[in-house]
Amino acid sequence: MEKLRYLPGVTTLALDADACVGCGTCAVVCPHGAVRMQNGKARIADRDGCMECGACVQNCPTGAIRVTPGVGCAAYILKKWIKGKNAAAGGEVNCC
Amino acid sequence: MAFIKVSGLVGKLYVPDGRPPGSKKHPCRDCFGCQQCSDDRCSLCRNGTRAAAGRGYDGGKPMRDGKCNIDFASTVTVSEILPTVPQGNSSETCCGPPPAPASSPNERPGYRLLPFVAGFIHTPAGPVPRVATALAPADLIGVAAVRCGIGRNRRAIAPGLYAVGPACADSPVLVTANYKLTFDTLRRELSGVGAWVLVLDTRGVNVWCAAGKKLFSHDELALRVQRTGLERVVRHRRLILPQLAASGVSARQVKKKCGFEVVWGPVRASDIQTFLRNGMKAEAAMRRVTFTFGERLVLVPVELSFLPKPTAVILAALFLMSGIGGGIFSFDAAWARGLAAAAAYAAGVLAGAVATPVLLPWIPGRAFAVKGALTGTAVGGLLILLLRTGLHAAELPALLVLTAAVSSYLAMNFTGSTPFTSPSGVEKEMRRAIPLQAAAFLAFALAWVGSAFVG
Repeated sequence: MEKLRYLPGVTTLALDADACVGCGTCAVVCPHGAVRMQNGKARIADRDGCMECGACVQNCPTGAIRVTPGVGCAAYILKKWIKGKNAAAGGEVNCC
Repeated sequence: MAFIKVSGLVGKLYVPDGRPPGSKKHPCRDCFGCQQCSDDRCSLCRNGTRAAAGRGYDGGKPMRDGKCNIDFASTVTVSEILPTVPQGNSSETCCGPPPAPASSPNERPGYRLLPFVAGFIHTPAGPVPRVATALAPADLIGVAAVRCGIGRNRRAIAPGLYAVGPACADSPVLVTANYKLTFDTLRRELSGVGAWVLVLDTRGVNVWCAAGKKLFSHDELALRVQRTGLERVVRHRRLILPQLAASGVSARQVKKKCGFEVVWGPVRASDIQTFLRNGMKAEAAMRRVTFTFGERLVLVPVELSFLPKPTAVILAALFLMSGIGGGIFSFDAAWARGLAAAAAYAAGVLAGAVATPVLLPWIPGRAFAVKGALTGTAVGGLLILLLRTGLHAAELPALLVLTAAVSSYLAMNFTGSTPFTSPSGVEKEMRRAIPLQAAAFLAFALAWVGSAFVG
């Protein structure tokens, strides 16, 4: 995955280090190693590796980590622009 | 001799005195006489796999803590003794070929016994279908069809509890989605393992996409645990979830709603056996999503399967545009120039939906629209070198623009098939790329029609 990098500086990932209780779940569930544990606390190790899937947010017990989750799919986003969010959620697009 | 204890088997087994007549077809340890039945019947006990052949029924692989204590009345009542079915008189030669074999005792009126079910395990929560870990030809044809985009969204299996191998009350519970391909991918990795597979109702959507849609969710998981009576089937209170379900499942909510603890399993089913062997620990590599050459290559047919409908419209438009000229409309021109335009479109498809996905890491640029435009320019350049003799000077750059724009658009659409593009990033590139792609199509249209009047 090191060779495949997407646009830098776009992710909505944010971490409130003070609110982190160091459970480590975010680092376990992140599929890109964007969040890792360091000295008993979560740390954003590879911000641009984040694909905003939302796994960390879903499993953070204190809301210390935040991201606006979604699917990075042009066909879905285009459908959302044209038909609105609800219409885009179903039907044939070449992603989720 | 009479009833003896055989290690690894429940209860005692009747062992006849002396050597039973004839040889055994398989070295099953709970069997001392063989009637040489068909392999179909043997597969009911033997999980339908060749891998299991040498072992016979050994009561399951011991768990990591040393033993697999079985407290069900019987775990091997896979097919109760088959009733003696009247077979008819084989010497009757009327009415065509011999009849099909008698129905399985596991069949129920109104239900269909699916071919991947090898038998049933009777548990306190009722019979649980035990599935084969080897894929049958029909399963493989299904996989191939889906990979070509045929019936991709109509492959759901019934949600609920399944088992693989000699599952017992201490066997791990693996949770998955009810997309047939997902289920097949998991079960083929479980040969030789005794485990329960809890299939959620994700409406036939794969794990990651279902988690994103909150179909693979803690609510659905808790509901499914309750509906299946899982707490009566297993003694432990642990569920192994695929890591990619984490975007839809909060482990804390699962614990709160149904009392089961979530253990995050590896990303890929192919790592599940290593994960179980290592005491449910996943190495860093098992936690990372990959997007290898092979993983990209298998996506190409599905990318292409989206194209027939838009292609028909685009080709019609291209042939129509090609006919417009000084004489209002020329069918000869529509055909001759239309073919050139269609070739440029095809080059764009080849560049954007085949070359860009496959060569992804080696194409410069980060934005997929840029990668697609570059690939499109390269492929389009080759095409106009081939076509240059028959065409007008103004037509060649127009075709190049068409190929690059088609390729850029298709490459941008490939973002939805990758496991690393963020929605923020895709939206950003779309805001910039779509106006440029639209401008390119317009420029092509003007140049293409315009050159017919000039030429």
